[in-house]
Amino acid sequence: MASEQDKLLEEVTNREYQYGFHSDIEMDALPKGLNEDVVREISRRKNEPEFMLEFRLAAYRNWLKMESPEWAHLKIAPIDFQDMIYYAAPKKKPQLDSLDDVDPELRATFDKLGIPLDEQKILSGVAVDAIIDSVSVKTTFRETLAEKGVIFCSISEAIREYPDLVKKYLGSVVPPGDNFFAALNSAVFSDGSFVFIPKGVRCPMELSSYFRINALNTGQFERTLIVAEDDSYVSYLEGCTAPMRDENQLHAAVVEIVTLDRAEVKYSTVQNWYPGDKNGKGGIYNFVTKRGMCKGDYSKISWTQVETGSAITWKYPSCVLMGDNTVGEFYSVALTNNYQQADTGTKMIHLGKNTRSLIVSKGISAGKSQNSYRGLVKVSKRADNARNFSQCDSLLLGDKCGAHTFPYLEINNSSAKVEHEATTSKIGEDQIFYCNQRGIDTEDAVGLIVNGYVKEVINQLPMEFAVEAQKLLQISLEGSVG
Amino acid sequence: MNLSEHDISLQKLFDTNRAFIEKDAAAGVNLARVKAAEAFAVQGIPSSKVEAYKYTNLQPWFKSGFEQAYGLNGYSADDLKTFECNVHEMESHTIFTVNGKFVEGSSGHALPEGVVAGSFLELSQKYPEIIEKYYGRQAKVETDGFIALNTMFAMDGLFIYVPKNKVVEKPIQIVNVLTGPSDLMVNQRNLIVVEENAQVRVLFCDHTLSMSRFLVNTVTEGFVAESGMLDFYNLQNQHNGTVQVGGYYFDQEAKSQLNANYFTLHTGITRNNIFSRLGGEHAENHISGLYVIDKNQHVDNFSFIEHAVPDCESNELFKGVMDDASTGAFTGRILVAPDAQRTNAYQSNNNLLLTDSAKMNSRPQLEIYADDVKCSHGATVGQLDENAMFYLRARGISKEEANILLMYAFAYEVIEKIKVPSLKEQIRQLVEKRFRGELDKCDSCVVCGQLGTNLIKAN
Repeated sequence: MASEQDKLLEEVTNREYQYGFHSDIEMDALPKGLNEDVVREISRRKNEPEFMLEFRLAAYRNWLKMESPEWAHLKIAPIDFQDMIYYAAPKKKPQLDSLDDVDPELRATFDKLGIPLDEQKILSGVAVDAIIDSVSVKTTFRETLAEKGVIFCSISEAIREYPDLVKKYLGSVVPPGDNFFAALNSAVFSDGSFVFIPKGVRCPMELSSYFRINALNTGQFERTLIVAEDDSYVSYLEGCTAPMRDENQLHAAVVEIVTLDRAEVKYSTVQNWYPGDKNGKGGIYNFVTKRGMCKGDYSKISWTQVETGSAITWKYPSCVLMGDNTVGEFYSVALTNNYQQADTGTKMIHLGKNTRSLIVSKGISAGKSQNSYRGLVKVSKRADNARNFSQCDSLLLGDKCGAHTFPYLEINNSSAKVEHEATTSKIGEDQIFYCNQRGIDTEDAVGLIVNGYVKEVINQLPMEFAVEAQKLLQISLEGSVG
Repeated sequence: MNLSEHDISLQKLFDTNRAFIEKDAAAGVNLARVKAAEAFAVQGIPSSKVEAYKYTNLQPWFKSGFEQAYGLNGYSADDLKTFECNVHEMESHTIFTVNGKFVEGSSGHALPEGVVAGSFLELSQKYPEIIEKYYGRQAKVETDGFIALNTMFAMDGLFIYVPKNKVVEKPIQIVNVLTGPSDLMVNQRNLIVVEENAQVRVLFCDHTLSMSRFLVNTVTEGFVAESGMLDFYNLQNQHNGTVQVGGYYFDQEAKSQLNANYFTLHTGITRNNIFSRLGGEHAENHISGLYVIDKNQHVDNFSFIEHAVPDCESNELFKGVMDDASTGAFTGRILVAPDAQRTNAYQSNNNLLLTDSAKMNSRPQLEIYADDVKCSHGATVGQLDENAMFYLRARGISKEEANILLMYAFAYEVIEKIKVPSLKEQIRQLVEKRFRGELDKCDSCVVCGQLGTNLIKAN
């Protein structure tokens, strides 16, 4: 009897604790599923200070109480949040020996976009010689930036190196419990970028997430924080025009921007995630929370986005105009083709006096896609002399697609001037005819007309980006005409 | 959805009084109550969490204290003689309702042969085929808790039928009067059917005569058959203790024309649900509205224009002036169905805010599933033009006068759309008086006006 009991005891004590995690062996990835232990483990593996763990846990607990938003004009297949891996060590892509091994369709796209050969290699995962230009370029970048006092690093690095800055600003614009996807991101984000521009510094170059080391594997829950101190300026580029293939279906990123007195941040995005095939199978869900806070007087935040990829886009880059005389801008081109769905727009929250905002949104729908603009302009009671102008145009290519506009204007101050206008149209047959007459075939003509239509937005992009973005629009529309 | 306490008490009220409500009603109307009660059990009174009611929370008003209006409270046509609401020089067929109930003998001039205008209760029994064909067809109970509630309780209201090729020259004026010693809830039901090639003009005037609080939930369904024409005017002049949910549901066939104009000059809380379906090719509709509000008044115009077929045209214009702590809201959704090609749809909403306590929420929306369309919408919120003001001041016009002149010019764009000259003049005068802060009543009226300024703060 006693021996049997001992045997049982021995068995139990020798058995590994089945509800915990192995801490002695580092696995590549955590098991599927999300619970508090997963959140703790992510924080532990990243060697984060205590406040970050608290931040993540608070977000996770908020997230549990929330429901996936359903108000957008989107049809989203239910997402099983327990069927996902929330942390994985940077994945190694299969290394290819030369560009010849790369999918020819992908290469053709690269060529059309005019991407330099070396970049092509990096993007498609070809083993790159260690001394190619771009690597040395990166090093030069870092030195120049350090000289000016600009901090540009991964957010994980920032959490370890500059905990005070991160603690002060992280979650100050998008709180951990802001919305369903932002809360999820706050709980489990793996990496992202951190930019800090000190007082009076004008960042000498465009910062691009693409050039940052390790930026290629930031994973599906990206977190970006940009802080611009008094009188500083930075232009930040996110994404790139090259088609990005990724096995993660859900991307829930959060971007926060804080500008202090007289600072200016320009944030440009080109998004070209895998949109799914022609029949609407597969594709990325791009559910992003982007928000900037014009905290100091006379500061300015400008969002420019070109959205051509993703099966579903749910994205509303916003500006909270808190300081007096602050300015918020939003320029957007959203293109949907085949079975893509986009519900995107902006929020301009006017809180300070003499604040101004401008919204220019250009939607293009083709194929069987649905493209919606959804925006809010809110003028609070104390925001005297607020000024807003919104223009939302939609272009329909084909009779099976949809273009929708859902603006909200909430005005609580009599000195506000708010104007919204929207039009929906298609490319005129006369325009096409004119081009055909001059020897331009219909597909090129459509590209030409679309580029003219979006020019106002594309002009806001940094030069090289603008050139690529134009070509990208044309490529994305391929096959939608005729 | 979980029903709230007041939803359940409304259901109980319906169950207890059902026999009484159904007693004299037409079979088709009673049949619809069954489905309506089921639909209400699902929806209840919408809260402001329901997207369509985001800017108007009506739930608190249904809490208690309102008696259901069933009868005339002893009013007869004679009692209404003190209440003259005739538009100058406008000859019309005048019909009175009191608390949603048709008043016998109130019809003025003789109507053309075959045209019917009178009590919904009576005529719905007389014309069961019309009820069967039209009743509840456009105001669908499952789409809105207020339609369901109205369909449950509806007993009386207006019934207008204009047969094929008949043209009613003189407008039919319906004066809806709310009165009584105690707080009342009124569920009025109106049905307007305009047959092929027929024409009619209808003016609804909404008034209050006593200090009691009123909770009004009317549903008006309007059907315009091929090549028919319906001119619909609604002039709302009620005291601040009135909460009115006005549902207007129109359905148009090919080549028909609808003009609907909504003037809200005085109210407590007004919510207009204006739905219009363009169901036949080459149909046209023009919907406009003007709301001039102050104190704690609230007006929410919610419109939905459905372009179901190709080649239709719609025009929408809503303008508002908000003074004091009043709040305005506008939602205009235009839906262009797949294959509704060559649609022209235009919409505009302009607002003036006169104080910092006034608020305006505007949602102009386009939902488009066809490519060969011309659609646009615009919305503005702002103040009077400074340059225009300077121009007037430079010519020796006082600030007050210049203000009124400019506000009046702002409002005139809507007034201009009225097609009956005498009515246009009447509304023009009323609006001008309203801007001058004078009692906004008709010259000949001795009863209505600004009663119960503070009533709205109840609850």
